Amino acid sequence: MAHGPAKGLGRWLFTTNHKDIGTLYLLFSFAMFLLGGAFAMIIRAELFQPGMQLIEPEFFIQMTTMHGLVMVFGAIMPAFVGLANWMIPLMIGAPDMALPRMNNLSFWILPFAFAILVSTLFMEGGGPNFGWTFYAPLSTTYAPDSVNYFIFSMHIMGASSIMGSINIIATVMNMRAPGMTYMKMPLFVWTWLITAFLLVAVMPVLAGAVTMMLMDINFGTSFFNAAGGGDPVLFQHVFWFFGHPEVYIIILPAFGVVSQIIPTYSRKPLFGYSSMVYATAAIAFLSFVVWAHHMFTVGMPIAGELYFMYATMLIAVPTGVKVFNWITTMYRGALTYETPMLFSIAFVILFTFGGFTGLMLSVAAADIQYHDTYFVVAHFHYVMVAGAVFSGTAAVYYWLPKWCGRMYDETMGKVQFWVAFIAFNITFMPQHFLGLAGMPRRYSDYGLQFTDWNMVSSVGAFLYGGAQLLLLYNIVRTVKYGQLIDDPKVWEGAIGLEWLVPTPAPYHTFVKPPVIKEGAVGAEEWLIDETPSYASYKTVTDAG
Amino acid sequence: MASEGTYYVPEQSKLPIFCAAAMGVMAFGAASWVIEGGDPFIFLCGLALMTVVMWQWWSLVIDENMQGLADEQLKHSYVLGMLWFIFSEVMFFAAFFGALFYVRFFVNAWIGGEASFGMFDNTPTDAAVANNELLWTGYERQWPVMETPDQAVNGESALFKGPDRSMSLPLWEYPVSQWLSKLYTLLPWLPLWNTVILLTSSFTVHVAHNGLKAGDRAVFLRYLGITVMLGFLFLGLQVAEYYEAYAHYGLTLESGIYGTTFFMLTGFHGAHVTLGTVMLLIQLVRGMKGQFSQDDQFGFEAASWYWHFVDVVWLGLFLVVYIFG
Ligand SMILES: [Cu+2]
Repeated sequence: MAHGPAKGLGRWLFTTNHKDIGTLYLLFSFAMFLLGGAFAMIIRAELFQPGMQLIEPEFFIQMTTMHGLVMVFGAIMPAFVGLANWMIPLMIGAPDMALPRMNNLSFWILPFAFAILVSTLFMEGGGPNFGWTFYAPLSTTYAPDSVNYFIFSMHIMGASSIMGSINIIATVMNMRAPGMTYMKMPLFVWTWLITAFLLVAVMPVLAGAVTMMLMDINFGTSFFNAAGGGDPVLFQHVFWFFGHPEVYIIILPAFGVVSQIIPTYSRKPLFGYSSMVYATAAIAFLSFVVWAHHMFTVGMPIAGELYFMYATMLIAVPTGVKVFNWITTMYRGALTYETPMLFSIAFVILFTFGGFTGLMLSVAAADIQYHDTYFVVAHFHYVMVAGAVFSGTAAVYYWLPKWCGRMYDETMGKVQFWVAFIAFNITFMPQHFLGLAGMPRRYSDYGLQFTDWNMVSSVGAFLYGGAQLLLLYNIVRTVKYGQLIDDPKVWEGAIGLEWLVPTPAPYHTFVKPPVIKEGAVGAEEWLIDETPSYASYKTVTDAG
Repeated sequence: MASEGTYYVPEQSKLPIFCAAAMGVMAFGAASWVIEGGDPFIFLCGLALMTVVMWQWWSLVIDENMQGLADEQLKHSYVLGMLWFIFSEVMFFAAFFGALFYVRFFVNAWIGGEASFGMFDNTPTDAAVANNELLWTGYERQWPVMETPDQAVNGESALFKGPDRSMSLPLWEYPVSQWLSKLYTLLPWLPLWNTVILLTSSFTVHVAHNGLKAGDRAVFLRYLGITVMLGFLFLGLQVAEYYEAYAHYGLTLESGIYGTTFFMLTGFHGAHVTLGTVMLLIQLVRGMKGQFSQDDQFGFEAASWYWHFVDVVWLGLFLVVYIFG
């Protein structure tokens, strides 16, 4: 194993290295992010004015569908898997992921799955046109033929997620360095362990949902058809049993990232480490028992409405614990505001805002007004974009210097942050107003009274799109021309095993596991007992 | 916990990306196959590629293990991988069991204009009443659904027609007082025999495992062989049952929600039994080649865990699909 990366394209196609695979995931997810973003631009361009200007309604609904699918399954999830691949072995002192070849397989399924999914747009009858939640009977009885391609691409995408998660679980459970007990693991590792558990639990249910669709469409079963004794609402139950945990699958790793970054720039250990762990576990548990809060208007018995309402509200408690801990970590800290910190603080503020609108939506009686309006769209973009995407961006700025040994330009980073932050709010804040005023989601046209805020929102969306190009520019510039650094720590306040290996991180790290001292969580001293031998890294990199 | 730098991190490998490509081709091929006028050619190409890749991959892993590259820690990774894979399979079945539960206890009541569980009282909701009066007039709550809502409304021209007979316990047709005298009706009831077969096979695979651990190769091979045979026997009986259902019971995939849930649950279980049998068969061949030792037998253990899992799923099926079906 004492060798560097292979030469040429083969390095990326056949790699078993967690850092290479992490990079692949990150690159792929960024490409999907731009693609999903392009779909969003088409949507916002059409919605700039009332009436139909640019595209047909049939294409519009395909765009909203594909935007959701590509962003959720192609951009956000793989981005965090990429971060997990890069960082978890570094953080727990492991030589690599537990099952490196399966790791490569998990990644390479994705390009095939998305090639199939995106190709549906060019098929006869068009691509998926039933929303990213693909409710039956829209996605069964009334779906275009291409739905079959959608179904099978979801199958292999799910297989990729399950294998990726099993790998993460096995890595965390089996590959921790001696002395790295569970309650010493960095929060990012904890949140990913729990996320991976959620994935293994619910991706098979999604596979079940699309399998039922497949059977109903092609083989005459009646899962979602009341004529045969089934029920379209059954689809919603199965889907949301997957779908609600899915939103935590997206946000828990984001919590983990922010829990790494805030202590660094506060120069204080994370406040309430163990309560963070328990809160994460509590959120994961609750996520299994609240799914029907997406279905308040579908006609559930009153007992169901009440149960799902109260259970959903309960999630605010562990989530509140987390927000409290982040704020308290910053309280009386020696704060500095580098780009990752700015994104993290924005995350805390905007995610909390999105959490509050979530609480509003959880009130069953009030939800009847909000349901399927732009209020919902605004709500979940606050948690998906200002939550997951902001934290992913923070993570890239935070760890990029460690990955490539070059520092990004702080000014450019801050410019990108402020453009993104302002543009995000211009885009999505007005959508709350639109939704409360009654504008339904997924429509390609709207009443004249919604014009002004839609124009504002569209302008913001294009600005926000620009901010992502700026991010791309920043990353490329850093990797190519960024100022060279070699301080293992990179950030003054950074704590953790990943900051003990040289910068840039050598191709192989912790070939020999470090031994972790007994001691208080988060204190700097607990990290090293037996320093990993840097000399051996030198030879490793030289040999490569 | 990690030992001293011995964890085996494999070199670059071409297998994963070919495996991913095979999955992509299979997915694309399957989709184009199910669409009307499609053919299985692309799918079969993918399947062929997948078979080759899997063969190579497992051979590689076995080779590595024989060379002693896999230490205890790596083997533990395999153990974790297998156990969590089985957990994901459990969740896959949970989706279908959940669907059965929901249609049986909720949907069926609501289409029939009744209250479901009646947590607070047993008054049907307005929606349920309207459902039955306006949409599915004349449908009566029933399980198994022998007359679909479609039939209740459209009679002979219905698209979904319920089966003539269900697969549930024959004794339900008689009052409890006659059960003893009607016990003989259970004799030709295939699910009972299938249950006996699978339970026995779980036992025999366990005996085989004990034999292996005790270093008794003869016992290991004999009982593993019996297990594999029982697996094939189960599958044979399942085929016979399906034939009976299609030919004599009017019970098909298309016969409403009862046929849907019956065939999907038992069908997926059957598919898993097939996979499990193949896995055990491969272990049997490996065992005959002498690839297992008293303390190194992960391939066999993994297959036997899978077998026990398939067995447990069957017990669930036997209860909710057959006995109380
Ligand atoms: Cu939810």
